[in-house]
Amino acid sequence: MTTRYTKDHEYIRVEGDAGTVGISDYAQSQLGDVVFVELPSIGKSLSKGDEAAVVESVKAASEVYAPASGEVLEVNSSLEETPGTVNEDAMGRGWFMKIRLTNPAELDGLMTEEQYQEFVKSIS
Amino acid sequence: MAESVRADEPILKTPLHAEHVGLGARMVPFAGYDMPVQYPTGILTEHNWTREHAGLFDVSHMGQATLVGPDHGTTARALEALVPADILNLKPGQQRYSQLLSDEGGILDDLMVTRPTDPADDGKLMLVVNASMKEADYAHMQARLPADVKLIRADDRALLAIQGPKAAEIVARLAPDTADMAFMATKATKLAGLDVHLSRSGYTGEDGYEISVKAEDAVKLWRALLADPEVKPIGLGARDSLRLEAGLCLYGHDIDTTTSPIEAGLIWSIQKRRREEGGFPGAARIQREIKDGAARVRVGLKPEGRAPAREGTPITTPDGREVGIVTSGGFGPTVNGPVAMGYVSRDVSTVGTDLHLMVRGKPLPAKVAAMPFAPHRYKR
Repeated sequence: MTTRYTKDHEYIRVEGDAGTVGISDYAQSQLGDVVFVELPSIGKSLSKGDEAAVVESVKAASEVYAPASGEVLEVNSSLEETPGTVNEDAMGRGWFMKIRLTNPAELDGLMTEEQYQEFVKSIS
Repeated sequence: MAESVRADEPILKTPLHAEHVGLGARMVPFAGYDMPVQYPTGILTEHNWTREHAGLFDVSHMGQATLVGPDHGTTARALEALVPADILNLKPGQQRYSQLLSDEGGILDDLMVTRPTDPADDGKLMLVVNASMKEADYAHMQARLPADVKLIRADDRALLAIQGPKAAEIVARLAPDTADMAFMATKATKLAGLDVHLSRSGYTGEDGYEISVKAEDAVKLWRALLADPEVKPIGLGARDSLRLEAGLCLYGHDIDTTTSPIEAGLIWSIQKRRREEGGFPGAARIQREIKDGAARVRVGLKPEGRAPAREGTPITTPDGREVGIVTSGGFGPTVNGPVAMGYVSRDVSTVGTDLHLMVRGKPLPAKVAAMPFAPHRYKR
């Protein structure tokens, strides 16, 4: 199981040909209190970089982009009732969607855990 | 308040800047100042704390100034040539909300006007204007005031606001002579041993005070108020969600030079004598809108479901006719759901009217709603 990150602070945790997508702990801390999450419909086909979801804090709305191409297998519909889970556990229970990867080679262009932590340090 | 940062100007700091940084605030540029948007607990907690206890705000970025003329009548008439409120009949110690108007009746800025209590201050009117507009406001007023009325900037003063159901008793412990003040009453007194000028007013819908103090005393006052365990510091993020729930306008968003006070639903701030007599910029338009109604009006909007509709969201009828635009919108923590305000054509402005808000290209059902969304709790 490996986790990869984008420069826009999405993560994808890969298991076999599926990946769980969410926003990083740094991203949730920057957004502040999450009050609404809009999730894609199951079965939707996403290309890398497509707008996959929307996360709204008290202050603003932010897009969540697909870190890799794939088909939406499952969404975390519990976030509709309790969006604050994204703040409490962004990397765990606050996941957004699971996708079936259609081009796993795209993952090579994303940051590793270590590279991402360096990246966060460089911008904060 | 209004957001605008000019990149060619250095960022300004209020006298409380180091306090905010020391408290761990996230600082952002706002109206040319480096201001706290939130403290470590976050906007939701700060918002709810203000509604349940007392929140302390640094609003020293706002513009404080005094008009000085030979007597009240002269100064009041000079200001009445620029604003539609009745200033002449303002009683000593009373504060009033008004707007600086353009010759077309648009709103150049909104402001608070206070007539001081002390007879020795006869002929003075104290003003508080928006941070982002203060230079333009002062230039506008100076260009139009008669020779015997001067505008004196009070840049050496800070402004704090304490808001919430516990605010009055906390202030009364430090200044017992404030307890019986009513909403929009003002007083010069001592608070924690410091000379202050306070008004029972604010921008949250809650009871509370705005407190003007010399810049050099600001830190002492801030710390004296924060020493009470019922008081927590509140940033601009919660200030915005609190005022939105209270249905209060944010300059540059809900009101600007393209909106008149009648369109904005601010007719209550134009007293009867001024409505009849006119004599302020744009009076012909404003009197016509009072008589015939404005073509578009500011309304509250309650989206169904959980998705917020932000500023700039187009408003349509359920059959797709575009009828307006959202000017402020977000999540209301006290309402525990999305709230918004915006301008719509008058024919669809009745409370309860079904409308659609076009959020990310999709119609979000909403109803025209009465404001405030959270009840005002002013001391009457």
